[in-house]
Amino acid sequence: MTTTILVVAEARAGELRPITAELVGAARTLAAGGGQVSLLVVGAQTDALVAASSSLGADEIVVVPAPRDEFEANLWQRAVESVSAEIQPDVLLTGYTVDAMGFAPAVAAQLAAGFASDVTAITSTAPLRVKRGAYSDKLVADIAFDGKSSVLLMLRSGSFAPATAAGTAAVRTVEVSFEGVRAAEHLGFVEARSDGVDITKSEFLLSVGRGIQDEDNVARFAALADSLGATLSVSRPLVDAGWVDASRQVGQSGKTVKPRVYLALGISGAVQHLAGIREAETIIAVNSDPEAPIFSAAHYGVVADLFDIADALEASDA
Amino acid sequence: MRIVVPVKQVATLDEDFEILDGGLAVDPDFLDWELNEWDRFTVEAALLLREAIGESGCEVVVVTVGDDDSESGLLSAMAMGADRGVRAWDDSLTVDDPLSVARVLASVIDRQGADLVLCGVQSKDAANGATGVAVAGYLGLPHVAVVRSIELDQASSTLTVQRELEGGVLETLRLALPALLTVQSGANEPRYANLRAVKLAKEKPLDVVELSDLGLGADVMAAAQGSVRTQLAPPDRTAGAEILTGSPSDIATRIREIVQERLNS
Repeated sequence: MTTTILVVAEARAGELRPITAELVGAARTLAAGGGQVSLLVVGAQTDALVAASSSLGADEIVVVPAPRDEFEANLWQRAVESVSAEIQPDVLLTGYTVDAMGFAPAVAAQLAAGFASDVTAITSTAPLRVKRGAYSDKLVADIAFDGKSSVLLMLRSGSFAPATAAGTAAVRTVEVSFEGVRAAEHLGFVEARSDGVDITKSEFLLSVGRGIQDEDNVARFAALADSLGATLSVSRPLVDAGWVDASRQVGQSGKTVKPRVYLALGISGAVQHLAGIREAETIIAVNSDPEAPIFSAAHYGVVADLFDIADALEASDA
Repeated sequence: MRIVVPVKQVATLDEDFEILDGGLAVDPDFLDWELNEWDRFTVEAALLLREAIGESGCEVVVVTVGDDDSESGLLSAMAMGADRGVRAWDDSLTVDDPLSVARVLASVIDRQGADLVLCGVQSKDAANGATGVAVAGYLGLPHVAVVRSIELDQASSTLTVQRELEGGVLETLRLALPALLTVQSGANEPRYANLRAVKLAKEKPLDVVELSDLGLGADVMAAAQGSVRTQLAPPDRTAGAEILTGSPSDIATRIREIVQERLNS
């Protein structure tokens, strides 16, 4: 049986994002029994993106000329819906990313498609079955799409391998009408704050999360970091709460770090945090909850009260 | 002006949770419930806008899809300052399917009439990150997801927002009302409701609607449903961490050894 798959490419600042290659890889797996993979590129000046997409493994690149290069959710929604109407995909693939969160669920609603987000595995193609996390990744759910002729999946970054295919995809242009789309106007970008410490330069990070419970404890852990020769970093909730400057945040909306040692105290391991430490060489995690997802990412785990461990580390300061 | 804020009461797992026979759901005895963390930011955002506009010019309505136990989440939002609440429910609803929930929310919101809909980026338990934008899809509302800041220019009915991209980069956008935004955590400092506010919240109007009230028959819901959960199970922890054991001081010593090894290698 042939499976038609529409992959939505993702780009930023004129460059293709790595998730695009992962999506094509997943699409090729779905198409293994016979199928066609179309990679959709939307934008105003798309030549560079088309060139970069050409040998990712798609059968064709579908270019939709858009009024602008920067991503805009309402425009992208229209482009995907229009191309879907034409090619009638069995499966649509996007990343589970900030951009795709802006349009993919709206497309799924409009197409009355099957839908799952933050998909970590595709366990079966016919029928289509996927896995995603539940309860902050403490459990895994199996998802089916009974009776749906079209399914839109948003795939988690780093969960699918790019295709090993080579070759060059055919390119064609599809003109889409953006009539009636009320797009937001792009006024500019504000770069991420770079004042303060640069945690990406540190070989040893002592990272704390919600487990430290109180803003007053931040100073204690900053001092402990100092005494260990580490730099203090934190997970998002401490920045949201205003306890610590954003420059110290590790995770998807903060910094990606690759230290030799990442010692995490009281961090549960939300997927957005784990995205920031994927390449840390050695992760040591301390958490009182044995089910905390951080233990699946850590090399060493300690199931204990982090304050007991902190006390002991402070006492053992030679 | 009316701002509608969909909210959700979310579950966190007790340490010793169990999965029910059939492997489809967690035993409710092991679930603790609270208002979704992101919804505290959206309710706060709505209240801040109402304050900027002037109380008499703006109504903030919170809505939820949930059974009667979910009213406490709604009441928390009303205690923060929302004017009234609406709860929609039917025992047949598949709450773990974001498109089903969005379809119901869209009908509720459509009947209310909204100039602005503010949703959380995600719920803490299901974390689909989809319900808000799916509602926008059903309602045909222009939308921006993952917003960190919101400013309203009343005279021109336009919003200036900042979308938060990976790596903390912000994009500034402008769009006209009516619109739907999904709001990221940390967008503001949610106010706490004092006991008096909690008490007053119980006096505020809270309407309960059925799917039939919304014109949502079984066929409409079946067509909208986007997924079916077939199993819930613990993850494979095959490649897990090496667990360090012993007293805290043994562990501290071992941690220091590992750090020393790795930094000097």
